[in-house]
Amino acid sequence: MNDFSQSLQLIAAEELLTVVGLILLLAAAWMGDKGSRVISIVAVAALTACAFIAAPTLCQGAMGPDRVAFSGQYTADAFSAFAKILIYAAGGAALIVAPAFFGRAGSNGQSAMRAEYPVLVLFAVLGMNMMVSATDFLTLYIGLELNSLAAYVLAAFLRSDERSAEAGLKYFVLGALASGIILFGMSLTYGFTGSTNFTAVALALDGAMSTGALFGLIFVLAGLAFKISAVPFHMWTPDVYEGAPTPVTMFFATAPKVAALALTMRVALDAYGSQAAAWQQIVIFVSLASIIVGALGAIGQSNIKRLLAYSSINNVGFLLIGLAAVTQEGASAMLVYLAIYVAMSVAGFVVVLMLRDADDNPVEAIADIAGLSRTRPALAWALAAVMFSLAGIPPLFGFWGKFVVFQAAVNADLLALAAIGIAASVIGAFYYLKVVKIAFFDEPANVVSANGETGADAIGHKVLLLLSCIFISPLGYLLTPWLGDLADKAAAALFFAG
Amino acid sequence: MDGFPILSLMLLVPLIGAAICMFVPAKTACMVALVATLIDFALGVVLWASFDIGGAQWQFVEKAELFAGFSYALGIDGIALMLIMLSVFLMPICIGASWLSVTKRVGEYMAAFLMMETLMIGVFAAQDLFLFYIFFEAGLIPMYLIIGIWGGDNRIYASYKFFLYTLIGSVLMLIAMFWMVREAGTTDIPTLMATDFPAGAQNWLWLAFFASFAVKMPMWPVHTWLPDAHVQAPTAGSVILAGVLLKMGGYGFIRFSLPMFPDASAYFAWLIFGLSMIAVVYTSLVALVQHDMKKLIAYSSVAHMAIVCIALFSFNVQGLEGSMIVMLSHGLVSGALFLAVGVIYDRLHTREISRYGGLAINMPKYALFLLLFTMASIGLPGTSGFVGEFLALAGVYQISSWVALICTTGIILGAAYMLYLYRRVAFGDQTNADAAAMPDIDKREWAMMLPLAAAVLWMGVYPESFLAPMRSDIEWLDQRLASAAPAGDARLSEPKPEAASAEHGAAAAKEGGTH
Repeated sequence: MNDFSQSLQLIAAEELLTVVGLILLLAAAWMGDKGSRVISIVAVAALTACAFIAAPTLCQGAMGPDRVAFSGQYTADAFSAFAKILIYAAGGAALIVAPAFFGRAGSNGQSAMRAEYPVLVLFAVLGMNMMVSATDFLTLYIGLELNSLAAYVLAAFLRSDERSAEAGLKYFVLGALASGIILFGMSLTYGFTGSTNFTAVALALDGAMSTGALFGLIFVLAGLAFKISAVPFHMWTPDVYEGAPTPVTMFFATAPKVAALALTMRVALDAYGSQAAAWQQIVIFVSLASIIVGALGAIGQSNIKRLLAYSSINNVGFLLIGLAAVTQEGASAMLVYLAIYVAMSVAGFVVVLMLRDADDNPVEAIADIAGLSRTRPALAWALAAVMFSLAGIPPLFGFWGKFVVFQAAVNADLLALAAIGIAASVIGAFYYLKVVKIAFFDEPANVVSANGETGADAIGHKVLLLLSCIFISPLGYLLTPWLGDLADKAAAALFFAG
Repeated sequence: MDGFPILSLMLLVPLIGAAICMFVPAKTACMVALVATLIDFALGVVLWASFDIGGAQWQFVEKAELFAGFSYALGIDGIALMLIMLSVFLMPICIGASWLSVTKRVGEYMAAFLMMETLMIGVFAAQDLFLFYIFFEAGLIPMYLIIGIWGGDNRIYASYKFFLYTLIGSVLMLIAMFWMVREAGTTDIPTLMATDFPAGAQNWLWLAFFASFAVKMPMWPVHTWLPDAHVQAPTAGSVILAGVLLKMGGYGFIRFSLPMFPDASAYFAWLIFGLSMIAVVYTSLVALVQHDMKKLIAYSSVAHMAIVCIALFSFNVQGLEGSMIVMLSHGLVSGALFLAVGVIYDRLHTREISRYGGLAINMPKYALFLLLFTMASIGLPGTSGFVGEFLALAGVYQISSWVALICTTGIILGAAYMLYLYRRVAFGDQTNADAAAMPDIDKREWAMMLPLAAAVLWMGVYPESFLAPMRSDIEWLDQRLASAAPAGDARLSEPKPEAASAEHGAAAAKEGGTH
C-alpha cells in the first residue's frame, strides 16, 4: 500500500482540476459574465495541463499496485489515462465552440455565454476523471454524481429556451433514476460480497453466484446502460441531445460517453470479471439492440441533432461488441473505437454549429441543408466525410473502429454476433447516406448562409473541424500502429488487476 | 524496373489529380484529369512492357508496414496486370466522354473519376486481404456520388440501390476475412491462396465471399441494382461500371473463392451453374424487349457476366482463360457500346430506341463503329467476343454439356437482341426528323472510338498478347483446383478395365489428348 503523499501524487490531475475549478468559480462570481472569455481560456489551459500529466502514464503503460491510491479506491493506470486524455480533448472542444454559440443565442442581442459554463465543464470533467479511475463502488458513485450534477445544469444552460429547460429536467429525472438503480445494485453487491472494492468483489464472486449477487450485477449494468444510452435505456438521449445547447450536446456525445463506457468496462471486466458468463449475454443483447434500434430510429428523424443522438446509440452498440468479447483485444478495440468516435462526433457537431441561416440562427432541420455542396462546399464535404465515417465505409477512419471491434469479436468466437452486427450496420448506412444525399444531390434550399464560417469566433471551429477531419480521413490509418499500441497498453493495464 | 514503386505511382497520380481537380475551374479540371489518366495509361504500358512473362508469379511487389493489423502490400500477377490495363485504358476514354456532356460541378466530377481510378487499380494490385477490402469498399463512395449527382432523373433511387446492395454483400465478407486471418495467421494474399482451410469452414467462408462477389458481378437474382445504376449513371459512369467494376466480382472469384476454397468451390459449382444458366436465358430475354438502349446493354452485361461465372467454375484451363478473356472483352465492348449510346444521347438527349432510326444514312461512320461493337458483343469471329466465348464454352463443355448447351442459347439470344437493336437504331427509314439531322461523329468521338475498336480487333485476331501474361497464373490455379475438380460428363473418361482389353484399346490411346 502507498502512503498518503504517494496517493496524492497519483491524483495530481484531479487536484489541479479541483483547485482551478474552485478558483475559476470564485473568479466567475466576482468578474461576472465579462470574465467568461478569460475563464474559458484558463479552463482549456488546465485541461491541456492535465492531458500532459496523464500522457506519461499512458505511454509507459503504467499498471499494477504502484498506481493504486487510497487503499485501492482509486487507480491511475494507463487505462484511465487513455480515457482521461479523450475526455480532456472532448471537454476542451466543448469549451472552444461555446462562445460563438452562446454569443448569438441570447435574447435582445445579449450574449447568453456565462462564466459558469467553463467551470461546470471542469467539474464535469473532474467527475469523469473519478469515474474512469474508480476501483471502488463508492468512488465510482461520487464521480458519477459529480459529473451528472454538472451535466444536468449544462443541459438546461440556455435558460430562455424552453427546449433546453426541458432537456435539463428530463436528463435530471432519468439520470437520477439511473443513479438510484446503480446504487441499488451496488448495495446488493455489497450485501452479498461484503466489500465495495472491485478486486475484493471479484474475489468474492468467484465460483457459483447467488441470485442476490446476480441481481446486484444486473442492476448496476442496467444503470450504466442508462449512462451510456444503450437500448433499452436510451429513450432520454434524442430529447436531451435535441434540447440541450449544441456545444453541450457535443460535450454529452463525447466526454461522458467515454467516461461511462470506460467505467462500464472496468466494472464488468474487473469487479464482475469473474462472472463474465453472467453478463456476456446481457451485453450481447444490449449491443445488438442498440445497433438496430439506433439505426431504425434515425431513419425518420428530421432534426440533425436527433439524428446524431440515434447515431450515438448506434455507435454504443458497436462499442459494446468489443466488451462482449471479454478479451484484452476487445477492450483495446473499444478504446480505439472510442478515440475515433470522439473525433467523428466532434467533427459532426462542429459542422452542425457552423450551419447558420441568414439571420444567424442555428440550422438544425435536415431539409434545410439541401444542396449544401453547391452553396457551402467545404462544409458539405466535411459533413459527407463525417457521415461516411460514421457509416464505417472505408477508406474513412470510422471503418477502422468497426474493423477492430469486429475482429475482436471474431477472435473471441462470437461469429453470430459479428455477422448480425455487421449486417445491421447496413441499416445505419442508409440514414447516413440520406444526409449525404440531401446535402449533395438535392436542389439547394439556400437556408445556410456564410455566417457560420465568418467572424472571429469561427477560427476555433475551423481549427477543430480541420483537425478532426484529418483524423477521420484516410490519413488516420497512418496513426493505427501508434493508436493500437497505446490502446493495447491501456487494455493490458485494465486486465492486470482482473 | 527493379525496386521502382510503379504501382504506388499509379495509385498516386490520379489521387493527386483528384486533389487538384477539386480546386480548379472546369476547363482546367478536364485537362488535369485527362493528363493524369494518360500518365497512368503510359505507366500501365510500361508496366505491361516490363512484366516478365513466365517469371515470378508476383511481380512489382511492394510492401511497407504502415498500418496496424494489415500492411501496405502491392504486387501483380498476369491476371491483375490485364485488369489494371483495362482500367487505365478505359479511364482517358471516360474523361473524353465527359468532356462536353458534363456541365455542372465539373471539378468534383473529375475528382470522383480519378478517385475511382486509384481505387480500381488498388483493388487489382492489393496483396493484403484488408487492403483489398478497403479499396474494394471505398469505390462505393465516388460511384455513389457520380450516380447521385450527375445521373438521370431517377438517380437518387439508383444510387441508394447501388450503394446498399453492394454494401450488404461486402460486410459479411469482412467477417469471413477476420476468421481466415485468425486461422492462417497472415493477411498476405499469396500465402492465403496456398492455405488449405478446413473443409467444413470452407463452405461458410465461400458463401460469405460469394455474397459479396455475386452482388458485384452481378448474378441473378441480385442483379437488379445494375440496370438501374447503368441507366441513371452518366455515360462515363456506365463505362466504368460495366468496364471495370463488374470485373471486380470476377476477379474476386478467381483470386479468392477458387484458390482459397477449392473444395467449397467444387461443392457449390452447381449453385453457380444454376444461377448463371437462369441469368443467361432470363436476362437475354429481358434485353430483347427493352426500349431503353442503356437498359438493353445493361441486361446484356448480366448475361455476359453469367458466362464468365460459369466458365470460372469449370475447373479447367480453357474455362479460366476463357472467362478472363470474356471479362476483358466485355470491358472493352460494353464500355464501347455505352459510349456509342452516349454519343447519340448527347445529340438527342433520349435513350429511347424508337426515337432513332436510319442512322446509317446520316451517321455512316458512327454506324460502322456501332456495327463493329455489336458484332463483338455477339461474338463474331475476328472480334474479342468470339475468342472469349469460344474458350469459355469449350471449358464449360468439359464439365457439363447441358450447361454448355444452355449457355449457347444465351449467345444466340445475344445475337438476336443486339442485331434487333442495331436494326432499329441504324437501319430502316429515317422516321424521326431530329434524329435524321444529327451530325456524324466528330474528332473527339473518333479519338474515343478508335482505340476501343483497335483493341477489340487486336484481342479478336491475336489473343495471345493477352493470354501470355496470364498463362502461368491460370496453370497454377488449375493445379491448385485439380484435387477438387468435379468429374465432368463430357470429359473423355478412362475406359473400364475389362472393356479396355479388347474393343476399346484405341480409346485408351487417345487419352493423351484429354486434360
